Amino acid sequence: MINYDKFLNRELSNVKPSGIRRFFDIASEIDDVISLSIGEPDFTTPWHIRETGIDTLEKGKTWYSPNRGFADLREEISRWFTRKYDVTYDPATDILVTVGGSEAIDLALRALINEGDEVLIPVPSFVCYTPLTEVAKGVSVPVETKAENNFRLTAEDIRSHITPKTKLLVLPFPNNPTGAIMRREHLEEIAKVIEEHDLLVISDELYSELTYGSEQHVTIASVPGMKERTIVINGFSKAFAMTGWRLGMALGPKEIITQMTKLHQYGIMSAPSVAQYAAIEALKHGDKDIEYMRDQYDIRRRLLVKTFNQLGLTCFEPEGAFYVFPDIRSTGLDSETFCEKLLYAKHVAVVPGNAFGDCGEGFVRVAYANSLANIKEALKRIAEFLEELKTQ
Amino acid sequence: MSNFTVTATDKKLLDLLATDAKLTHDQLAAMLGVAEAEVSERIAVLEAEGIIKGYQAVIDWEAIDANKATALIQLKVTPEPDQGFDKLAHRIMQFEEVEGVYLMSGGYDLTVIIQGQSMRDIALFVARRLSTLEGVQGTGTHFILSRYKDRNVIYHDEEQKETRSNVFYD
Repeated sequence: MINYDKFLNRELSNVKPSGIRRFFDIASEIDDVISLSIGEPDFTTPWHIRETGIDTLEKGKTWYSPNRGFADLREEISRWFTRKYDVTYDPATDILVTVGGSEAIDLALRALINEGDEVLIPVPSFVCYTPLTEVAKGVSVPVETKAENNFRLTAEDIRSHITPKTKLLVLPFPNNPTGAIMRREHLEEIAKVIEEHDLLVISDELYSELTYGSEQHVTIASVPGMKERTIVINGFSKAFAMTGWRLGMALGPKEIITQMTKLHQYGIMSAPSVAQYAAIEALKHGDKDIEYMRDQYDIRRRLLVKTFNQLGLTCFEPEGAFYVFPDIRSTGLDSETFCEKLLYAKHVAVVPGNAFGDCGEGFVRVAYANSLANIKEALKRIAEFLEELKTQ
Repeated sequence: MSNFTVTATDKKLLDLLATDAKLTHDQLAAMLGVAEAEVSERIAVLEAEGIIKGYQAVIDWEAIDANKATALIQLKVTPEPDQGFDKLAHRIMQFEEVEGVYLMSGGYDLTVIIQGQSMRDIALFVARRLSTLEGVQGTGTHFILSRYKDRNVIYHDEEQKETRSNVFYD
């Protein structure tokens, strides 16, 4: 019998499997589950983008792309980012096309972390930052954001966690799972601390196109002095409903992008070519699609926020992404019990807040990337569930 | 026509009602970010202006009775000197089998949608009632064999969208 433990990578072995996994396993056993648990648009990729992919295959363009991604795509990304967020990156040196935003996050962390470096990770947040940091032999330092601050990260939150070993801040806004966003004035506060302590930022902006209300997303890279300290992560999955195409990007100082490109070159080679051609079409002609999908999400978001508040599950109004994060403490249940009972009793799947960090306890994440009909039905079932809880 | 103008919010309201006419005014108000009273008022106005023509269920009749048939009839028509195609169109509208009447561009003048108990039923209706009308020069009958998508509702989707409950990604 081989003792595999001695062969396995220690840091990786120590990574805990995600708590959400167990939950999905239960959900897949039950019929007629309405799942408001998946962080994936319910829209399929707009037809003109799919058609470009098909056309590419018909023409037989099935080869590798350059390691950094096609030059045409990098130029289009550069134009798009300037047009949308008013920061310009040199397509030749500052942009890397990756296999989804996730790869870009991994590359950025691995390119920067030396053993023992501390990485500030706001929580609740997307589940990948901590495991990837730890596998890279960094130390993840959770920084709790609070409901009373609408889950925004404050300069004070960061300051109290900085040590001489702190190197990096991950900035995950618009936020999964809370839907919180950061406005320019909040980013300027953060930027002061970053400069003062000579840190770098990995700004995960995957939901940048999904903000609601009059104000657009602001990237921290547009704050004076921050472009040279920031690696922006973005991608096509959420904005263009292209999750399965697996295409993302990193934009940042060429010194760092060069290092990330080495890792990407040896580990991945290049992002899928078909997806890259489709992405060029998306950036050139996809504004209308984004607008349409954002309007649809916005309508659902309003319905959920109002209904949850009416049902007594307090819910701050999220301004980005496609999640609402209601407070379920009034039911007297913890997050996991709430979700499990709701799933068994009413066949509605939502995700326990603590899956995104301990401070998410007392909340659940509800994704509204689902049809209005399903959301209506799910809300009806949740209302019944709460009524039955009261009478028990 | 009155000088009634449809606002951007009206447009969104209409889109939502066209998708699901059973949404409550409370839900509509939440989704549009306006007061419930305003939703009620705008719906009343849109109804009064004849912009909202009615509320109907979308029913798959063929699922109840496999013989039921729907056909699209193309009519070539001699226009009347003063009234063009209107007079004949009005005449055709009166048949209760007729679901829709449209004036068309192209090779034919009128298109008539007919629902009947069976294909034979419709064929006889065309032969006896439509083609005998004064002004009708010729007809072409096209039966609907399978309804894939109708009024934006998908009917027989062989490839069911896979359930995503087994997807793990956040």
